Amino acid sequence: MNSTDLTHSTVSDIVIAAKDLTRIFTRRIGTGRARTKEVVTAVSQLNLTVAAGESVGYIGANGAGKSTTIKMLTGILLPTSGTVQVCGFEPVRERTALARHIGVVFGQRSQLWWDLPLRESFEILSTIHRLSPGDAATRMQELRDQLELEDLLDTPVRQLSLGQRMRGEVAAALLHRPRIIILDEPTIGLDVVSKERLRQFLLHERAEHGTTLMLTTHDMGDIERLCDRVVVVDQGSVVHDGTLNALASLVNTQRVMVVDLVQPCAPMNDIPHARLTDCDPTGVRQSFTFSPADTTAAAVLAAVSARAQVRDLTIEEPSIESIVRTLYEGQRSNPTSTP
Amino acid sequence: MGESLAREVTDRADVRPSAFTMWRVLLASRLRAQTSYRASFALDLFGNLGIALLEFTELWVIFANVKALGGLSFAQTAVVFAFANIAFSLADLIVGHVDELPRYIRAGTLDAFLVRPASVLGQLITSDISPKRITRTLGAVAVFIIAIAHLDIAWTPLRIWALISVPIFGTAIFAALFVTAAGLQFWLIDGAEVTNAFTYGGSYVASYPASLYQNVLRTFFTFVMPAIFTAYLPALVIFGESGPAGLPAWLGLLTPLMAGISWGVALGLWRLGLRHYTGAGS
Amino acid sequence: MSRNLLVAWQLMRSGFRRHSAYRAAAVAGALTNTVFGAIKASITLGALASAGGHIAGYDSRSAMTYVWLTQALIAPVNLFYWNEIGERVRSGDIAIDLARPVNTQIAYLFTDLGRAAFEILPRGLPPLLIGAVTTGIHVPNDPVVWGVGLLSILLGICVSYACRFLINLTSFWLLETRGVQTLYLVASNIFCGLLIPVHWFPPSLQTLAHATPFPSILQTPVDVLSGRYTGGAVAAALLTQTLWFIGMMFAGHVLMRRGRRVLVVQGG
Repeated sequence: MNSTDLTHSTVSDIVIAAKDLTRIFTRRIGTGRARTKEVVTAVSQLNLTVAAGESVGYIGANGAGKSTTIKMLTGILLPTSGTVQVCGFEPVRERTALARHIGVVFGQRSQLWWDLPLRESFEILSTIHRLSPGDAATRMQELRDQLELEDLLDTPVRQLSLGQRMRGEVAAALLHRPRIIILDEPTIGLDVVSKERLRQFLLHERAEHGTTLMLTTHDMGDIERLCDRVVVVDQGSVVHDGTLNALASLVNTQRVMVVDLVQPCAPMNDIPHARLTDCDPTGVRQSFTFSPADTTAAAVLAAVSARAQVRDLTIEEPSIESIVRTLYEGQRSNPTSTP
Repeated sequence: MGESLAREVTDRADVRPSAFTMWRVLLASRLRAQTSYRASFALDLFGNLGIALLEFTELWVIFANVKALGGLSFAQTAVVFAFANIAFSLADLIVGHVDELPRYIRAGTLDAFLVRPASVLGQLITSDISPKRITRTLGAVAVFIIAIAHLDIAWTPLRIWALISVPIFGTAIFAALFVTAAGLQFWLIDGAEVTNAFTYGGSYVASYPASLYQNVLRTFFTFVMPAIFTAYLPALVIFGESGPAGLPAWLGLLTPLMAGISWGVALGLWRLGLRHYTGAGS
Repeated sequence: MSRNLLVAWQLMRSGFRRHSAYRAAAVAGALTNTVFGAIKASITLGALASAGGHIAGYDSRSAMTYVWLTQALIAPVNLFYWNEIGERVRSGDIAIDLARPVNTQIAYLFTDLGRAAFEILPRGLPPLLIGAVTTGIHVPNDPVVWGVGLLSILLGICVSYACRFLINLTSFWLLETRGVQTLYLVASNIFCGLLIPVHWFPPSLQTLAHATPFPSILQTPVDVLSGRYTGGAVAAALLTQTLWFIGMMFAGHVLMRRGRRVLVVQGG
């Protein structure tokens, strides 16, 4: 261990400290004389502090400034103004030092060697991170078991399915035991089973090693399963920072359960804590709206099943986009509602 | 016996790999990937030998019509041609892919490089290697051997030094030109093709006697993009010929110096370019 | 018939528009072609001086016309690496093209003509202008020469496309086509007269060159435009180009049918 490692791990347990973080892009539009400059503020005076061991969901609509923030945190992009420190390092200036302490996964970009077997990507990465062979082998065995990579190791990356590749990407980002792992859309395009497997692994990794987790996602399920804190950005600024429950109390995160009954049935408008919001003329399909704060899907289903036999059901969750939209509109129409 | 062996293994397993090991592992993985399809690798080798032969055809066709070019005989021009091709093909083999930087940027590969604890340029250089180009070098070496046999040269230490400097410092100059191209491409992006003018253009210029070029062209490729230092000038030293006005033969001894300067410029530009990338973003 | 023409026109427009999005690339390409032109001009003038002013009917003016015209036409006739169809074969996307109600080979021909139509001015004009200013070039004053010259360029683009299409189809049978592509590039570049006029070749090499379609891609249009041929020789040149075009298109058509069978058997 060298002295920098010691100082940075003992100074404090703050992993991310961003103050008034701002990033402005200047784009040139048109050509020749008609050429004008367009100034876009991607991130505006953003403040964010993440303590070691936290698990933060960083959400917002497309173009809200999520990717730009991540690039500034990982040393890919310099802030226009404001300060940022990750693991005690200034990301761009101390890029290589920082890289030893963070792991990054870009959901839509691969950092594996596409034409080589997965195993070789890990071997190369362990030498890039200067892991001793013994250390690398131990860690690799652990990741291999946890992410069920054993059968994939000899397959060239380009032949892996998206779910398989993503497991490989996550393992690659965690090989050097980073203090924090930053995941940009890790579950995008994955099927239900692959998503769940990945979430379980991340939960395990956090429990076992206390790794700090920060992720951007469009999937409410990722946030519910993985994050105890949600930061919502809109137009480059934080519009909400708190627990998921606090977010749910601010905006209506009501769900809709649509049930198909075996036999037509009279409209059930007295299910506890749920409202009948739709009922087709035959009474075979009925929709109930409820808030997870008041009741559970199981309770609603039990109450319905007590009256009639259910053939099929679907539950519609609110999308992150709609939450953000409601939140932002609420804030605009009632600026005093958030501090 | 068995115990001591086991200890040795564990001892070694505790040692962190050196930077040298890291670059070696990176390069070795590329070599394996490149040569893994044997049939297509063989075809690539053949294709690159074709490049060497057909480029020489160009010179040969010219000398089917003339006796001398720019004051040099066929054999002498062939030596210049061979020098330029040896230096360029070796540089192309090692770093030729770095001028595809815009492709790396678009694919997000450069961002992946940035989140790893190693030099970005080092990762870019070791991200690919083209062993297939070795046949082009070998073709040029064959041209050199045949051409030099037709010349009567008294090998003095100075001439041997000029000869040795070609594959080392001539290659370094072309490699520096490729890195310069990559550094400029951080700004050029869509217009990246323009750097071909001094990488591939440099190799074209270097293959012929520099006495053929007019002022602007000659000055540019001697002192700005020093391609003429890779072949023509060292060749003049070996032939014992005096160069044209403004291009004395003794310049041929300065090829190592020019290689050093070129790399200084290339690394400076690369650093500025990378700073532009992290500052301006994509 | 009119519907077919409309489809052809739309395909050409799509090719034109797709390439007009890369203006910076066009400027960069023009600059690069100009630098290469200057190098080639120096070497050519040096060779002429050594030979006493004339080689194979070229004097310095006609040789410079040759140098700058070839530089101007490199991009339109596309003497660069092109593997669009090969990549579609490799990815299996070619099946989508084959399912369309238009002939794939002809559809891509019109797209390529649209590309060439865009590239001819931004990539072609700068080297010609620089050449006219620095070394001087011969500009034909007979409108007939302009007419047949443009027709010959069009045929050159067509022959080039038919050859490139053929090479791309090797992707049906080869896993990796870079080696074949490299060899094709090298052979086409020398035999089309890009580096040295085909007329400068020794007789045996000239015979070899004329046994390939390559002179029809570049040397012939340049010869016709610069007024090297007159009367019946022009007609013969255009006829040769047309025959090579038909021949290579037919070969491509046959290979495409075979490739289709490979696709059916291997399921992409």
